[in-house]
Formats: sequence, structure tokens, C-alpha cells
Amino acid sequence: PRRTCRCVPSRAAPAMNCRAEVLEVSVEGRQVEEAMLAVLHTILLHRSTGKFHYKKEGTYSIGTVGTQDVDCDFIDFAYVRVSSEELDRALRKAVGEFKDALRNSGSDGMGQISLEFYQKKKSRWPFSDECIPWELWTIKVNVVNLANEQERQICREKVGEKLCEKIINIVEVMNRHEYLPKMPTQSEVDNVFDTSLKDVQPYLYKISYQITDSLGTSVTTTMRRLIKDTLAL
Amino acid sequence: AMDTDLSSQDRKDLDKFIKFFALKTVQVIVQARLGEKICTRSSSSPTGSDWFNLAIKDIPEVTHEAKKALAGQLPAVGRSMCVEISLKTSEGDSMELEIWCLEMNEKCDKEIKVSYTVYNRLSLLLKSLLAITRVTPAYRLSRKQGHEYVILYRIYFGEVQLSGLGEGFQTVRVGTVGTPVGTITLSCAYRINLAFMSTRQFERTPPIMGIIIDHFVDRPYPSSSPMHPCNYRAGEDNGAVYPSVEDSQEVCTTSFSTSPPSQCVFTVTKAHFQTLPPVVTDTLKVPVMGLAFSHQLSNSRLSYQPAALGVGSADMGYPVLFAGGLNAAHPHQLIGPGKEGGIPPIPSQPAHGTQADQERMCTPLDGVHYSAATPSSSEDTETVSNSSEGKCGSPHDPLETIFIRKVGAFVNKPINQVTMANLDIPFAMFAPKNVELEDNDPMVNPPESPETESPLQGSLHSEGSSGSSTGNTHDDFVMIDFKPAFSKDDILPMDLGTFYREFQNPPQLSSLSIDIGAQSMAEDLDSLPEKLAVHEKNVKEFDAFVETLQ
Repeated sequence: PRRTCRCVPSRAAPAMNCRAEVLEVSVEGRQVEEAMLAVLHTILLHRSTGKFHYKKEGTYSIGTVGTQDVDCDFIDFAYVRVSSEELDRALRKAVGEFKDALRNSGSDGMGQISLEFYQKKKSRWPFSDECIPWELWTIKVNVVNLANEQERQICREKVGEKLCEKIINIVEVMNRHEYLPKMPTQSEVDNVFDTSLKDVQPYLYKISYQITDSLGTSVTTTMRRLIKDTLAL
Repeated sequence: AMDTDLSSQDRKDLDKFIKFFALKTVQVIVQARLGEKICTRSSSSPTGSDWFNLAIKDIPEVTHEAKKALAGQLPAVGRSMCVEISLKTSEGDSMELEIWCLEMNEKCDKEIKVSYTVYNRLSLLLKSLLAITRVTPAYRLSRKQGHEYVILYRIYFGEVQLSGLGEGFQTVRVGTVGTPVGTITLSCAYRINLAFMSTRQFERTPPIMGIIIDHFVDRPYPSSSPMHPCNYRAGEDNGAVYPSVEDSQEVCTTSFSTSPPSQCVFTVTKAHFQTLPPVVTDTLKVPVMGLAFSHQLSNSRLSYQPAALGVGSADMGYPVLFAGGLNAAHPHQLIGPGKEGGIPPIPSQPAHGTQADQERMCTPLDGVHYSAATPSSSEDTETVSNSSEGKCGSPHDPLETIFIRKVGAFVNKPINQVTMANLDIPFAMFAPKNVELEDNDPMVNPPESPETESPLQGSLHSEGSSGSSTGNTHDDFVMIDFKPAFSKDDILPMDLGTFYREFQNPPQLSSLSIDIGAQSMAEDLDSLPEKLAVHEKNVKEFDAFVETLQ
């Protein structure tokens, strides 16, 4: 029996009210890290607040979020990120793993990295807490290989322009003012925000990635077989 | 009516939020065009003075200019706050690059909570503004300013004027925030083409350029007299009577005050400004001179990088610094297309009496000191600016629309008939260095794919109906231009239709030709054990994959 081939499905199953946004970029191998960081930092800039300080009577005050410009080395592009070394380190670690996985997977170089914002819903023992996603960003990456320096130079500029478009897209989504978790009380704050950082407070998030390459290769081989088989008849 | 639904405290808060939002918007935009990387620190303990919970420094002159432009009013329907960003070259030519507009429309959201939701959304909008200011073309231009050109700003309040942006300008929306009194909208209209607007205009320019070069180089400063001075104070433009600089309507007494001035230092030179008489001709669009500065906001030190805007081929050592903090009739706010222009050009030699000032401008500033224009300076400049006032009835000046294309940067449409006679033309530094670069660009003009008829297709056809739906030619298909959101063809600039037609007739597969067929079969057999090994390793993944199919 012939099998139809299709891509590996995403493992994150969005919940009912989770909005999902997909961005796609084609970059050169050495641009992967900066491009991913630019997109993730831009999203997190919009999804981070200052640290909450709860006072009596249920009121709270909010700390201040600083920002800084980051210039890319391999892309003609600059972006703004939250001034938080801890956050930057966390993102760089995730993006570094993604980049390594892409590189080790083979020549096709296709993958995606996902940034999911979720809320925790505490369950009673013995059930573990639920994580309910409310926003899912997926960045699909296609790594291209370029032959010469001239092409690389053009790629620097083009990818820079594409990233500008992605930033505009992200800002459009942010401007829709769609669902955001309610501001939590002190006892609930850890179910909504990541309070582990010392200077800023992003919404609870997790980053995951997938490489869609290894099965891709076998898809090509199988298709070739099918065509050959057809002709042999 | 509208206001009865909004408590007076809420109304007061809302007005304050909108006002400080407008001021912070201006700060973000101007700081993003200084040409330096901005860095502010996060602070976990609230200081009570950082509006919208964002660390945005306040450059005092910028706040001052913004307050003057607003003159105690708030953005309302038909009264928008605009920040115009323009570029000015060392030859004195200028063009508008962007107009950032903070507007208010009538759509009200009565249900929204002012002190909470509106405030947080304004904060989000400022973050979006931080992000968007880095992605318009002017950002990269501003990062490279200093030697051949500088970036200037101008704030005005009233009707938005986009005509100076040239043809085909694009708009990007930063965001909107609904409030009980209307919806705040923040957007940017920006020029996309640093190019000649039309070859016709290019032909017209040489004589005018001659005049301009003469005008700026030969005429010793400050001997010119204004011909068509401008009148910014004309009330009909913005319908406001300008109060004095000390705005008595100012309500900024709460803990929401802006950052103290000691964090930012900026020197103004009032003496310098006094010696700048305006120079206007009726055929010349007088260049905009805003506060042309380039400085670093790091800690509390500022050092000037003298923007070398000489005139013509004169010595470029004169720093471009113009007095800020002067009154509303200050010419530096005046320029608009088709409007008035009363700006004196940048002089090539220091004017009298400013030697000491010049030195002061050039040295880095230590520590924290803040010298603002004193009130007396505003009176002194009164005479200067009065003489520069009046309507400028200039026809649409071709100069303002002549630009030279820089290959590879922010160009949407290819310009075919651009020939540069010599480098004396405006914006010469943007002239394409290598015009044919784009023609050879494999990204723009992908190589033709061979049009051979493949035996594969032939055999499919000869088998009659073997499931192939391309019965006749590829033209049976009409490819609709498919533009899925967030998904574009990134490297090759082909749309789906072109791609389909290009690749519909691929060359014959080498593995299918008889002689090579045997070879590849052998290769296949050789690589089989290897492949099997790989597949065996991945058995788990395959199994998972199979699971998902069922």
C-alpha cells in the first residue's frame, strides 16, 4: 500500500483559546542565531513587564523595563531587546541548541522554533499542574546555502529587509489587544508570570523546536522510487 | 455627552497619560534617529518617575520642543502631533524621510478602564514604537550619519503633511489604543525611494543646482537677506496662540514626573543662533534645520561628534549645533513642503563672536551640567525670526524631489534611466557605484531554466490519461497570486505563478537516461546498506511517524 508523505506535525497542540502565529524566514546558516534572537526578543519585549511589588490591600506597583539596541553581525539589521541579561542568556541558550540541531541534522536545514506563552492552572493532588497556552509563536526556518561572497552580501541585506517585515508583523499582532491573562493577585502571580528573573517579568513562556529534516530526506528518496517504479511498468 | 461617563479623576488621568505619552513618543523617535545605540537599564524597584514602566530617557530640549509644539494641547481629531525626520547633506540639500503621526480619532471605547488598561496599552504601544523605529529605512541612514549628512527632526502640531515624502511613500502602523474619548493612533509614513522622481525633473535641475551651489557657497554668511520669509506663527495653520515658553497649563506635579534633567545633558548655543539670519529664495526649498546633534546617551556623559556639515567644498570642521529651547517662532521648526522656510543654512565659517562657543560645542561634557537657552535668548531671536517670517510662495521645487539612488538599499522599484552627469548633483553620495550590480544579481534575475521537453512528461502524455492533468500546455493553469500571511518567498523574488511556469518543464532527470541509469542503479545498490543502517537507527522516529498516520 502506498503511503502519502507529509511533514511531521507540530507537537504543541494549541488549546481552544490559544492564538497561533507563524513566521517564516529563509536565512544562511550563520544568520540563524541572530534572526531567531531578533524575533524572540521582539516578542518578549511586548510580553514582559517590570517586576511586580505587591503592597497591602492587593495593590501593586510595577518596576521599570529598560531597553537596548542590538546590532546583528551577519545581517544588516538591528533590533531592540529588554535590558535583562538573564533573559538574553535564556534565549541565547535555546537558540543555540536550535542552531546546533539544525546543523547536525543534515543538509536540508529546515526547522522551526516555537515560543509559547502559557498559564499554569493548579490542580489538586495527585494531578499535576496544567499548562494552558494562550499564545503560540512559531518561526519556521529554512537554511539556504550560498555559493559566493556576492550572494552572501545580498543575503545580508535581503534577510535584513525580511526581518523588518517580521517585526512589523509581530507588532501588528501585538496591537490587536487580544486575550491577555488577567493581572494576578500575589498568590497567583507565579501562574501567570515568570518571576524568577531579577529585573524583568515576562509572561510564563517555553521555547521548543523541531527539525523537519531527517524524514524530509527519506521522503525524497521514496518519491524517487515511486517514479522509477512507475516508469518501469 | 461623552464626558459624563468618565469621572473627572479618570478624565484628568487620561489627559495626563496622553500628554506624557505624546512626550515619550517624541523622545523615542528622536533618540532612535540620533545615530547611536540606545541602552537603558531595567530597575526592579519602581522609581515612580518612569512613565509607562519603561526606562525612556528625556532629552530636555526634545521635551521642550515637543511641549512648545503642543502648546498645552493634546492630540485630538484633526489636531495631530507629527514628528518629521529629514536628512540634510553636507551640500545643504535636504529631504524628508519620515513623518511619525500621533493622531486621535472619534472612535471611543467607553468601557475601557483608564488607569489600568489604557495605561498598560500605552506602554505596549511605546514598546512597539521602540521596535518599529528600528525597522524603517531612516534608522539605518541615521546610524551612518555624521560625515556626509545629518538627520534632523521637527515637531509640529496640526494637520499631517505627507507631500514631502515623494511618490509611493509607505505607511506602517505602530498601533492604536482605544480610550473613552477617542482612539489614539500612532503610525509612520516613510519615503522608500532615494531616487530620482522622474527623469524629466532630473533634466530640469542643472540650472537650479547652479543657483543652489552659488547660494550656499559663494554668498558669505551672513549677508543674505530673506526674500520670502516664513511665518510659523500664522495662527491659521495650527489654530493656537502660543503661550510663553513657561507653559502655565502644565500639570506635572505628581510622582509621574519625567526623569530629572541631570540624566541627560545637552548644550545649546544661543549666541550661535543669533548670528544665523535666515536665507530664503523663492525657488529653493530651504533646508530644515532641527536640532542636528549626534550624541551618546550613556551614563551622564555626552560627547559631541561634530557633524561636519560644511558648505560646498569648504572645510568640514564646523560642528552643526543649533540652539534649541527657543521660542515657537524659532525657524528651525518651520520647514514644510509648499509652506515656508526660514532657515539659515549652515555656515562654512564660524560667525563672529562664536569662537568660544564653538570650542564649547566641540569639547566633551563632563559630569552633569545643563545649560538651557535663557529666556532672554528667546527675545533676541525674536528679531531674527521675525525677519524671516512671511509666506513663502514657492512653486513646487524640483530640488526637493531629486535624489540619487543607492543600489541595494531600500529600493523597491528598479530605476532604469538614471544617468549621472557629474557628482555635483544633490545627494551625490547616494549615487549608485555600480549600476549593473543589480542586473547581475542572481537573486533578482535568476538564470533561465532550460526549456527541454523531458521524456518524463512525454511519456506521461503518451500514456494518455495516466492521471496527469496537464493535458495541453502549462497555460491551462491560471496561477492566482497567492500571498499567505507571514509567508513570503524569501530569497528568490518570484511569485508562485512565475515559479510554477519556470519549473514546470524541468530538464530530463539524469538518472532516467539509459546510460546513466545503470550507473545510478549501481550507486543505489552500493549505498543501500548505509541507508538501511541510517533507517534502522531512526526506527523509533519512523514508528512515531507511522503512528501519526493512523
